[in-house]
Amino acid sequence: MKSLLLGNEALAQGAIDAGLSGVYAYPGTPSTEITEYIQRSKTAKELQIHTTWSVNEKTAMESALGMSYVGKRSMVVMKHVGLNVASDVFMNMSVSGVNGGLVVVVADDPSMHSSQNEQDSRFYGKFAMIPILEPANQQEAYDLMFYAFDFSEELKLPVLLRMVTRLSHSRAGITLKSRKKQNDIALPADTSRFALIPMNARKQFDKLINKKSLLVEYASNSGLNQLKISEEKSLGIIACGIAYNYVMENISDNDAFYSILKISQYPLPKKMIKRLYEHCDKIIVIEEGYPIVEELLHNYFDDNDKIKGKLSEDIPLTGELNPNIVAQALGIHKRGSKTVPNIVASRPPQLCEGCGHTDLFNTINELIPEIGDKNVFGDIGCYALGSLPPLNTINTLIDMGASITMAKGAADAGMKNAIAVIGDSTFTHSGMTGLLDAVYENSPITVIISDNSAIAMTGAQESTAVGRLHNICLGIGVKPDHLKTMIPLKKNHDSNVELLRGELQYKGVSVIISERPCVRLSRDQKEEIKSKIASLS
Amino acid sequence: MNTNIILSGVGGQGILTIAAALDTAALIENLNIKQSEVHGMSQRGGAVQSHVRISDKEIFSDLIPEGKADLILSVEPMELLRYMPFLKKKGWIITDSKPFINTANYPDQEQIYDQIKKHPNHVIVNATDLAKEIGNSKMANMVLLGAASHIIPLSEESLVKSINKLFKHKSEKLIRLNVEAFYKGKEVASNYNKANFI
Repeated sequence: MKSLLLGNEALAQGAIDAGLSGVYAYPGTPSTEITEYIQRSKTAKELQIHTTWSVNEKTAMESALGMSYVGKRSMVVMKHVGLNVASDVFMNMSVSGVNGGLVVVVADDPSMHSSQNEQDSRFYGKFAMIPILEPANQQEAYDLMFYAFDFSEELKLPVLLRMVTRLSHSRAGITLKSRKKQNDIALPADTSRFALIPMNARKQFDKLINKKSLLVEYASNSGLNQLKISEEKSLGIIACGIAYNYVMENISDNDAFYSILKISQYPLPKKMIKRLYEHCDKIIVIEEGYPIVEELLHNYFDDNDKIKGKLSEDIPLTGELNPNIVAQALGIHKRGSKTVPNIVASRPPQLCEGCGHTDLFNTINELIPEIGDKNVFGDIGCYALGSLPPLNTINTLIDMGASITMAKGAADAGMKNAIAVIGDSTFTHSGMTGLLDAVYENSPITVIISDNSAIAMTGAQESTAVGRLHNICLGIGVKPDHLKTMIPLKKNHDSNVELLRGELQYKGVSVIISERPCVRLSRDQKEEIKSKIASLS
Repeated sequence: MNTNIILSGVGGQGILTIAAALDTAALIENLNIKQSEVHGMSQRGGAVQSHVRISDKEIFSDLIPEGKADLILSVEPMELLRYMPFLKKKGWIITDSKPFINTANYPDQEQIYDQIKKHPNHVIVNATDLAKEIGNSKMANMVLLGAASHIIPLSEESLVKSINKLFKHKSEKLIRLNVEAFYKGKEVASNYNKANFI
C-alpha cells in the first residue's frame, strides 16, 4: 500500500530519505507539518536528526547553514513571511554558498488562508540568484528532495523549494524510495568564502553571477521542466508548479491538442520557452502567486498581445487558482449551476471557548472608554482574532513583534496609554529587541505578554519562552516594580483592570505577563511545561 | 470510476476523521486519492471543508471543480449549503440535523432544512443524537459516513476495515462502537424516504 501523506509530510519524508541531518524551523501555516512530521518520525529519531524548533526563521536558517558548513545535509522550513525575517542570511548565503546540501523550504499562502499577505517566494529565489524548485503534486514534493540536496551539493548553492497551501495541505498516496545515508562531517576545503569581508564577497558574488547560465542549463536538462509540442498552434500553455494540475484537470481528456510547458525548476529554461513561443499564436501563463513568469516573458519577447495571464487580466491577480479559474482562462467554461442560498451566514474563526486571551481582552476593554479605542497594538497569533467583533480590542497586526515597536513609535509621537499585546512565542521570536528599544528610551508604553505557554495558532507547539519571560524582561532592563503578572480569569477581572489601570498611569515601560495555558494543550503537554518551568527556577 | 466528495463543518467538529476513513478505504482498494484539508486560522471555530477525490485514474487537481461533487457530506446543516455550487445536478447531500451556532446571524433552522429539502437527493440524519445513544456524540462522524456509504463507491468491507485501522490505538470497545455508529447511519439512511434513495 502507498503511504498516505500530506504534501508537507511527503516533502518531510523525502528529506529524511535523502539523507537529512537536521531540520530547523519556526512554526507557521502552511509550513508547520513538515517539521512536525520529522519530529514524530521514528527513523528521524534513530538517525538523530535535529528537529527542535528555533526561536525564529533567521536563527533557524543560520543554524541550518552552520550544519551545512560542516558538510551535513540540512533543511530550513518556514512560511512565506518567515523568509522576510530570514532574508538577511538568505541573501548572503547565496553569496557564500553552502557546503553540505541546504534546502530552504518556503510555503506560500495564496488567498491568505492564514497570513497577512500573498508574497511570492519565487521573487526571493530570483533575487538571491539561486535555483528554485516547485513541485506540482505530493509525489513530486517527495522526489524533488533527493534532487534538491544533490543539486545543492553539486553547485554549492542553497536551493529554494517553494510549496503553496493547497499542496502543503492535501493528501495523496506516495511511493517511497530507499533511504540515502547521511553525510559524514567534511569541513569546507577553504573557509574564506564563508567570511564575506568585501574582498571575499566580491569574488563570491562574481562566482554566483557566473553560475547563472549553468543554472539555466540545468533547468533545461534536468527533466523537471517538460515541453510537449503538439500540432495545434492556437494556444500554448506554460503551467508552473501546482497550476499544472488545474490545467490537466481541464484538458486531460484532450491533452494531445495543446502544447504545454510544465515548469518545476527555475531559472526559466529560456530555449524551451522560445520554442513554445515561436510555435504558438498565443501563450497563456498559469502560475500560483505573482505573475513572475508572465513578466519575464514580456521581457524576453516584448510582445504584449501574445502573452496572456494575470497581467492581461485573463486570470485574477489575487487569490489562489482553482480548476474553474483555469478553465475560464483556457476558454473552457465549466461552472456549477447552483448558488449558495442567501440565508447562509459567514462563520469567521474565533477564539476557543475558555481561552485566556478572551479574559485579557475583556480586561482591556473595560478601560477603553478611558483611554480611547485606537490604542491597542496587536501582533501575530490567535489573539489577533481580538480585532474582530464582539471583542474589537486590537487595532493593528502587521508582523511578528510589531506590537511593541509600533506602540513605542506611537508613544514617541505623543500617544498616551499605548498598549502592546503580544504572545509569549511571538515575543521571543521578534519582540525582545523591540522591548530593548523601548526600555532604552523608557518609552511610556504598557506591554502585555499574553503567555499561553504555546505557539497556539499553529497547533500548540512548544514555545521557547516557557519559564523564561520574567528573567528575559528583567535582563532587558524592565524595572522590577513595573514587571507584573496577572491570571486572566473571570474571577480576577476587577483586580486585573486595576493592575492595568495602574501600569497605564506609569510614564515608562511596563510589562504585564498575563499567564494562562492554552486550552488546546493536552494534559501531557501541560505536565511537560510544568516540569520545564520547575527545572528553570 | 471517479468520485468527488466535499466534507464540510465547523473547525473542531472533526471532519478530518471522515476524510481519513475515506482515504484509507480507497488505498485498501488500490485506488488513487487526493484529499485537501484546512489547517490554520479557520480551524478556530470557522467554516472548514475537505475535498476528497477518489479515482482509478490519475487525479490532477486537489480541488474539486464547481458542479463536479457527487456528494456533500456535512456535520453541520448550514455548512452544507455553503458548498452547493460544487454539487453535480444529481449529486447527493447528506447532513447532520444538529446546528452549531457560534455566529450571531445564524439563520432560522427550518429555513435551512427547507433549502436542503429543495434538492431531491438529500438525507438529513440526527447523527449527533444517534451517536449519543450509542455512547458518545463525537461518533456522529461515523454515523454520517455510514449514512453516505450507499453513495460512496467503496465497499462496506473496506470502509469498516478503515475504521478499525483509524482507531487501532484506541480501546476495543471504542472501535466496536464506531463500527456500530457506521452501521446505524447506514440503516437510518436506507430507511430515509426510501422511494427517493438510491
